[in-house]
Amino acid sequence: MIEFDGVGHSYGEHTVLDDVRLRLDERRVAFVGANGSGKSTLARMINGLVLPTRGRVLVDGLDPARDGKRVRNRVGFVFTNPDSQIVMPTAGEDVAFSLRRKGIPKAERERRAAEALAEHGLAGYAEHPAQQLSGGQKQLLALCAMLVLEPDVLVCDEPTTLLDLRNKRRFAERLRGLEQQVVLVTHDLELLDDFDRVVVLDEGRVVADDEPDEALRYYRELVV
Amino acid sequence: MSNVIGLYQPGRSPLHRLPAGWKFLALLVFAVLIVVFDRLWQLGVGAAVLCVGFAVARLRPGVVLRTMRTVLVLLAVVFALQWWLLGALSAAVVCLRLLVAIGAANLFTLTTRVDDLVAAIERAASPLRRFGVRPETLGLLVGLTVQAVGALSVIARQTREAQRARDAGRSVAAFTVPFLIRTLRHADELGEALAARGVGDEDGSDAARLSEELRR
Ligand SMILES: Nc1ncnc2c1ncn2[C@@H]1O[C@H](COP(=O)(O)OP(=O)(O)O)[C@@H](O)[C@H]1O
Ligand SMILES: [Mg+2]
Repeated sequence: MIEFDGVGHSYGEHTVLDDVRLRLDERRVAFVGANGSGKSTLARMINGLVLPTRGRVLVDGLDPARDGKRVRNRVGFVFTNPDSQIVMPTAGEDVAFSLRRKGIPKAERERRAAEALAEHGLAGYAEHPAQQLSGGQKQLLALCAMLVLEPDVLVCDEPTTLLDLRNKRRFAERLRGLEQQVVLVTHDLELLDDFDRVVVLDEGRVVADDEPDEALRYYRELVV
Repeated sequence: MSNVIGLYQPGRSPLHRLPAGWKFLALLVFAVLIVVFDRLWQLGVGAAVLCVGFAVARLRPGVVLRTMRTVLVLLAVVFALQWWLLGALSAAVVCLRLLVAIGAANLFTLTTRVDDLVAAIERAASPLRRFGVRPETLGLLVGLTVQAVGALSVIARQTREAQRARDAGRSVAAFTVPFLIRTLRHADELGEALAARGVGDEDGSDAARLSEELRR
């Protein structure tokens, strides 16, 4: 359960989120809205990368402002840019890097990393230089590096924006199969067919919050 | 653009399997010797040893040449300059020394996984814990440094491609400004990604400060 309790955020004078009240317990939730509407800021609050300047966020009752570490243990995050999420030179090392803080011995980490890679269609890439993967493969690697930690919630901020159609579909396919709660920020509205709930943001406020059909109809009208 | 230092190439040779810590120590000793040597024949022996190393590692020659190409071009320039200033013999000594030292560093990075190196450094640095040094931070720094070399060269290539696409010519400013902006953005995004992966969540760690720094 993710709760936003009268959440607001300002960068200096500039208010980017205002009085957001949401209780998200559906399996598939999306944030949509124009550029600059505050989607990324809101999404980052779920794992404490950004802290609210007003109000409070709770993830399963934990406040990221106080319990950042425990919250991040439950919440995985996939970013937009495939190139800046990979921190180790090979795909296997990168996934294994996620497991470092769990105090798992190295051989075990390598084994689990290879397993996780295979699960995400990257079998045989463990020793492959990560920088040489395609954009789509890098995004799958980023996903893999998060899922290997078995989070309860996965937040994805426009994970498919920089991918071509085929890789978008492939990534969406992976997301669809996950057991976790997924919070997806996206402009690719076709990914939202099987979603339970779509939250529409405009200038830092929630302007619609409904099932996909209804919410997206509202969003399309808003854009025109 | 080719990197001056090559990235790990998977393999099963004895050099690949040598523990990273010992290999690193060997690299250090070798590098010190190469710096101390100042006779052509001594450096020649060093070069021969290095060649044996490459042969043992069974790396594809294409990979080795690709990583050394930039170095060879640079060395050609240095050689010409030194020859003109100091004569052929000292030019040869200086260039051979550089070539062998960089070649050895390459042989090391081509046959060593960063994860292994990081683990070795963490082990070696663990006695320093007493003095407030956190081995995890050192290890992470090494990993990220090696990674940054790759990331920066990708950014440089992208910037140059964009420059060419806009027909912006070869001016330094037309390259430097977008290059710096992209690099800063990369640092920003990398800092966020590290934080999301729990770097800095170790209790009161230096890594927390590192990821804070990166996010600035
Ligand atoms: N670090 C920051 N400093 C100042 N302003 C920011 C910062 N990050 C985002 N903003 C501003 O906050 C607003 C919302 O940004 P963001 O949450 O990224 O929107 P979205 O993801 O919907 O495009 C934008 O106007 C953006 O310029
Ligand atoms: Mg955004």
